[in-house]
Amino acid sequence: MTRSFLGWPAFPAAAEREVGNRQLRENVRRATHTIRGKRAVLAAERPDWDALRDSAAAIKDQVLADLETQLLRAEEKVTAAGGTVHWARDAAEANRIVTELVRATGETEIVKVKSMLTEEIGLDAALEAAGINARETDLAATIVQLGDDLPSHVVVPALHRNRSEIRDIFVREMGRHGRPAPDGLTDDPAELAEAARLHLREKFLGAKVAVSGANFLVAETGTLVVVESEGNGRMCLTLADTLISVVGIEKTVPSWQDLEVFLQLLARNATGERMAPYTSTWTGTTDGDGPRTFHLVLVDNGRTRALADPTGRQALRCIRCGACMNTCPVYERTGGHAYGSVYPGPIGAILNPLLKGLDDPQTASLPYASTLCGACNEVCPVRIRFTDVLLDLRAQVADGGQHPVERAALGAVGGVMAHQAAWKAAVKTATTAGPLLPRRIKLPGALGGWTDSRTLPAIPKESFRGWWKRTQGDTK
Amino acid sequence: MTDARTEILRRIRAAAVPPAAAPPRHYLRHAPGLAEDDRPAVLALFAERLAEYGATVLPAEDPATAVAEALGDARTAVVPAGLPAEWTARWDGEARSDRPPLTHARLDATDAVLTTCAAAVADSGTLILDGGPGQGRRAATLLPDLHVCVVRAAQVHSALPGALAGLDPRRPLTFVSGPSATADIEMIRVKGVHGPRRLAVVLLP
Ligand code: SF4
Repeated sequence: MTRSFLGWPAFPAAAEREVGNRQLRENVRRATHTIRGKRAVLAAERPDWDALRDSAAAIKDQVLADLETQLLRAEEKVTAAGGTVHWARDAAEANRIVTELVRATGETEIVKVKSMLTEEIGLDAALEAAGINARETDLAATIVQLGDDLPSHVVVPALHRNRSEIRDIFVREMGRHGRPAPDGLTDDPAELAEAARLHLREKFLGAKVAVSGANFLVAETGTLVVVESEGNGRMCLTLADTLISVVGIEKTVPSWQDLEVFLQLLARNATGERMAPYTSTWTGTTDGDGPRTFHLVLVDNGRTRALADPTGRQALRCIRCGACMNTCPVYERTGGHAYGSVYPGPIGAILNPLLKGLDDPQTASLPYASTLCGACNEVCPVRIRFTDVLLDLRAQVADGGQHPVERAALGAVGGVMAHQAAWKAAVKTATTAGPLLPRRIKLPGALGGWTDSRTLPAIPKESFRGWWKRTQGDTK
Repeated sequence: MTDARTEILRRIRAAAVPPAAAPPRHYLRHAPGLAEDDRPAVLALFAERLAEYGATVLPAEDPATAVAEALGDARTAVVPAGLPAEWTARWDGEARSDRPPLTHARLDATDAVLTTCAAAVADSGTLILDGGPGQGRRAATLLPDLHVCVVRAAQVHSALPGALAGLDPRRPLTFVSGPSATADIEMIRVKGVHGPRRLAVVLLP
């Protein structure tokens, strides 16, 4: 069985459940604080940090403004270098393409490099339905897969698990999928990593087909880039005969030179390292070195929908460094699962509604999963203005979709929400001076609703921001 | 029904994204804190960063002695085509040629690999392999547990921009910044997962 986020409850309900889990909160708090500390040191080491961020944001905007040309150029270059390019409008189409490509090889067990996009489209489950066993090879992704769990972070998908939980999963599950965990395995991280090394090595050596994502696709040269730490990426990208890379259309960067910007930002911001241990780049196929067959599957799956949103399209700049979730006070308390998506935290709160639309209560609840404190704005390497996008999406929830009550309420608020200071003032007024807004408006209490039902009877006595300031999210 | 490519490109056009300005590039092109042309400082920084990763750094006038020391107790090593034969003259282990290509199982059962590199970066302690002479194919630098890399001082760039500009993107490239590592368990750094667990760099003048 492969679990999925399908049918996940809206954020307040999911968050309430997660916040009640003390172990999870402790795990998430410790992990996010550790990465935050390391990141801060390495960002401060660069006197030109903001100049790098300016460049990164502008390069991504340049791609988004010229996406058709960039993708066609990438397609031409990949094809010229011996690769085959496929296009997929949505998840089902991408899964079908990959499944058929794997089937054509006759293989029934393949290896995977961690990829958020393949999680997003549910590739493992689609392959499983076709009788193909896709084994994750990143340590955290392996923990998630063996534990029949869901990812909770874009960089460290098993961030919600502590060492003893991981040990138990390894002892219980490894033997069912290959080499069992060593006898007497303790919860020492080095021993756990060694157990994963041994378990996966036989899979790498035998693998004929590998599936990867990519951090970047360089249009000018048709080059794909994977950044990783463990070497599982290198194993998959190098040892398989057939490599299938599933890449979102927004991963494109125009030129080779642009990598000097992103590669200097990514690891510093993601894990607090100057460079991740391994960065692999490849262009099509190379005689006598690595896979003989290379397929690139370019996936839309809602990206063009986000692209059409003038305020929201900046979310497509995201390079998945995870810094916004590491710094987010809401994420720290709820963990990633509450967001009901492989993209949690601030980026999840904006990207999911932009990719999927606001028609369903789950995605429509996400723009409210924020205190609007703006900490994410400060750490994002591509300068996404989360607070602008959150407010714009809230206005869209109010304007349309299936929330007539909120639409009426927000109609009354009008342009006030366009500005954060005005918004704070409005919420404060609403809660202290009584209902300036119609009863049952859910706005100020949307997150306060963690402890309440989705539809609030009245504006809470205390605003969410006020409650947050006072309790720091402690509901117990 | 239109095909996926046509449809995606149509959606992109329909999104009507306005043109964007050319990106500014006001960031440093060399390591922060170092003068651009201070070569001794660049080399010192390179050695320092490698040491921080737990890599062994052996500055050497004579490659043969340093290579023998770096290979240490490895009994077998892959030695790619194009690597100067005299570099392994003082090492008494078994040098394995990768021509014809060794099987993955055979590479996995080899203790070490000895290579040159295409370029290096001081600021991040990075070695860059492009499969050129003396570097071998990617599988050969991945499966053995010890990687010994010989770097000439002139190959060490202060920071990434200088190194990237000289690389050929059509070749498969591997950027190595320290040995394989993970922090996936409680953010505690563990050295050595799937890639080589030990890295040694011989630094020639
Ligand atoms: S939105 Fe920005 S901070 Fe968050 S993961 Fe993406 S790039 Fe990183």
